[in-house]
Formats: sequence, C-alpha cells, structure tokens
Amino acid sequence: MNGYNHKKILIDGLWTNNPIFCQVLGICSTLAVTNLVLNTLVMCAALIFTVSLSAFSVAALRHFTPKNIRMMVETLIIALYVIIIDILLKAYWPEMSQNLGPYVGLVITNCIVMGRCEACAISNSPKIALLDGFYNALGYTFILFLISSIREILGMGTFAGIPMPFFSTPYWDKWIIMVMPPGAFFVLAMIVWLMRSIQLKKIK
Amino acid sequence: MDIQNQFWQALIVCISAIFTQNMVLSYFLGLCPFLGVSREVKSSFGLGIAVIFVMTFTVAINWLVYHKILIPLGLHFFRFIIFIIVIAAFVQIIEMLIERFSPTLYQILGVFLPLITVNCAILGACLFMVIRDYSFIVSVAYGFGSGLGWFIAIMAMAGIRQRLDAKKIPQGLQGPGISLIIAGIMALAFVGFTGVL
Repeated sequence: MNGYNHKKILIDGLWTNNPIFCQVLGICSTLAVTNLVLNTLVMCAALIFTVSLSAFSVAALRHFTPKNIRMMVETLIIALYVIIIDILLKAYWPEMSQNLGPYVGLVITNCIVMGRCEACAISNSPKIALLDGFYNALGYTFILFLISSIREILGMGTFAGIPMPFFSTPYWDKWIIMVMPPGAFFVLAMIVWLMRSIQLKKIK
Repeated sequence: MDIQNQFWQALIVCISAIFTQNMVLSYFLGLCPFLGVSREVKSSFGLGIAVIFVMTFTVAINWLVYHKILIPLGLHFFRFIIFIIVIAAFVQIIEMLIERFSPTLYQILGVFLPLITVNCAILGACLFMVIRDYSFIVSVAYGFGSGLGWFIAIMAMAGIRQRLDAKKIPQGLQGPGISLIIAGIMALAFVGFTGVL
C-alpha cells in the first residue's frame, strides 16, 4: 500500500477481504457470544477497540521492534488493551462481565487481532494501520451482528432483550436449537455460503 | 475437600470436558486450526496429540502460577499476560526438548507446536479453570479432558472431510462453509451426550 486510500481500506475490510467469510479468521472466541445481540455488541465493541488500537501501537512501534521477537511484542500490546477492557467491564458492568466469562480474555488469542497486526500494521504507518484495523473489526462486527440477530430472534423471540411482535407470541415455536451451539455453526455456515456465492458471481 | 472426593470430581469434570462441554463444539474454542488443519487425518493427529499434551501441562503450570504467585501478590488482573507467557515459554521449551531427545516425536509434533501458542483453546482452558475455581487435581483432569475432546473432534472432522473430497459441493459452500455445517452436525451429536452426565 503506497498511497493511502481511505475508500479502498474501507471496502477491503468490510467486503472484499472480510475477516469472517474471506479470511475465516477469529471466529473462535466471538462465535460463542452470538446467542444474544447485546452480548455480541459488547464483545464486538471490545474487539474494535482492541484491533484498532493495537494495530496503531504496533505500527507506531514498528521501527523499534526487533524482527525476531515481534510476535511476543504484538501479543503483549494486545494483552494490554484486553486487560483494560476486562477491568473496565468488571468495574462498570459486572453482569456483562459475568455473561461474557472468559471470552473477553480470549480476544488476545483471537487470530484477527494478530492477523491485522502481522498483515498490515507491521509494515504501514500508524494512520493506515488504525483505519485498517478499525474497518476489519467493523466488517467482523457486521457479520456477527447478523448472526446474533438471527439466532436471538428465532431462538428466543426477542431482539436485544425486546420481545419481537410475531416471534414472541405463542404462534411462533421457538427454535431452541438456535441458542445452542449447533445453531451458531449452521447460521455462520449459511452466511459464509451466501456471501461467498455473491462474491463469486461478481467475479464472473 | 478430601482426596477421594476430589478424584471423583476430577473424573466427572474430565468426562464432561470430553463430551458435553467439548472445547470446539460447545465453546467454539480453537476453531481456526480446527477448520484450517483438518484437511488430512495425519496432520490432524499430530496437532491433536500436541494439544492434549500442551493443554494438560499448561493448565497445571498456570494453576500453580495463579494460586501460588499471582493471588498472594494481588496481581490476578495480570493473568492474561502471565498465562500467555507461560504457554509460549512452555511450548518453546518442549519444542527444544523434543527436538533434542526424540526426533521421531519431533517429526509428528514439530510443525504444530508453535501454532499452539495462539490456539485459543489452551488459553480458554486456563481461564475456565480460574473462573470455575477448580482445585489442582480437578484442573489437571480438566485440561486433559479438554485436550482429548479437541483431539476427538478434529479427528472426526478430518475423517469426514477426506470422504468429502470426492463429492460435489456448490462452489460457494466449499472449504469453510461445508466444514462449519459438518461442525454443526457434530455439535448436535455432542449435545446428545448432555443426558448422560
């Protein structure tokens, strides 16, 4: 990336190189919290914060980091931001911290964070790295938001805790499977399928 | 709690970690290598064994570090960094030891050991062990059980995917798509174990 092109970074992060359906990275820790929309949003906010800021820091420090220990340095930078989030959540929103359990800490090993640091931040200026991290995390959030909406509406009849007009009435048989683990796999698979087919069609 | 009780609890925790609370299929941890490496049975086997091994030992070491060092010093909020460092250091040492003493084992595990440092299942097991307040024996059993559960899941996945190679799959569904659907079906099967325990 020589010149810096805001629009290209945006489209890359959100669509052409979307972390979920193109790179299939980082689905580990965040898929687990997609059973409720609210949990997902908090988790994704944490992820946006971590990815953009750690990409920014890695890029800012890139000239001072020795090549052979850069992974360790990256991990420590990421861990620093995750600890900040963990402490903030524990202090101001203990119930949410309880709900998310170990998954906040697991953002450290989320491949997308490390992936962006390695792929972009290590060889670009802080400004580009920040944008790249931010848009990638946004692309990630958009897919997870989709998944969690589908799962919560079909499985519980609510959206972010608010009962939905049709789905919370007795006419709708709740799909319990949707809030259980298998539901997450199926919904994600369907979304990957759909998005990839659209992309393939465009290429043709 | 007396020792005998702890052993019973350890046994139950171990079995439930393998089946009902499987790392991949019910907690979604370690999904990236689960989808990425499961193309061949042979490499899945190597990675699976490495995960069992590393998970059992790092959970044990991290239990000691957390309860004997971090808690007395009041540094428990530091656990994310410490756990990661312990895991990375342990993997590095093991890699060197294996390379030195057992070349055959190194051939099976070698490539996969560095990968494991960033496997979220390992850190996940350590964090679960802290959150659920397991005692030492139970933690070790939990680490072993989780590793074994991961191993079983990836082996099953690799076996199914090898069969799938010869089948016709819609283009958009190839690769990760179909693997996720298989994982979903496997998760369904593992949910069935819930009644057992």
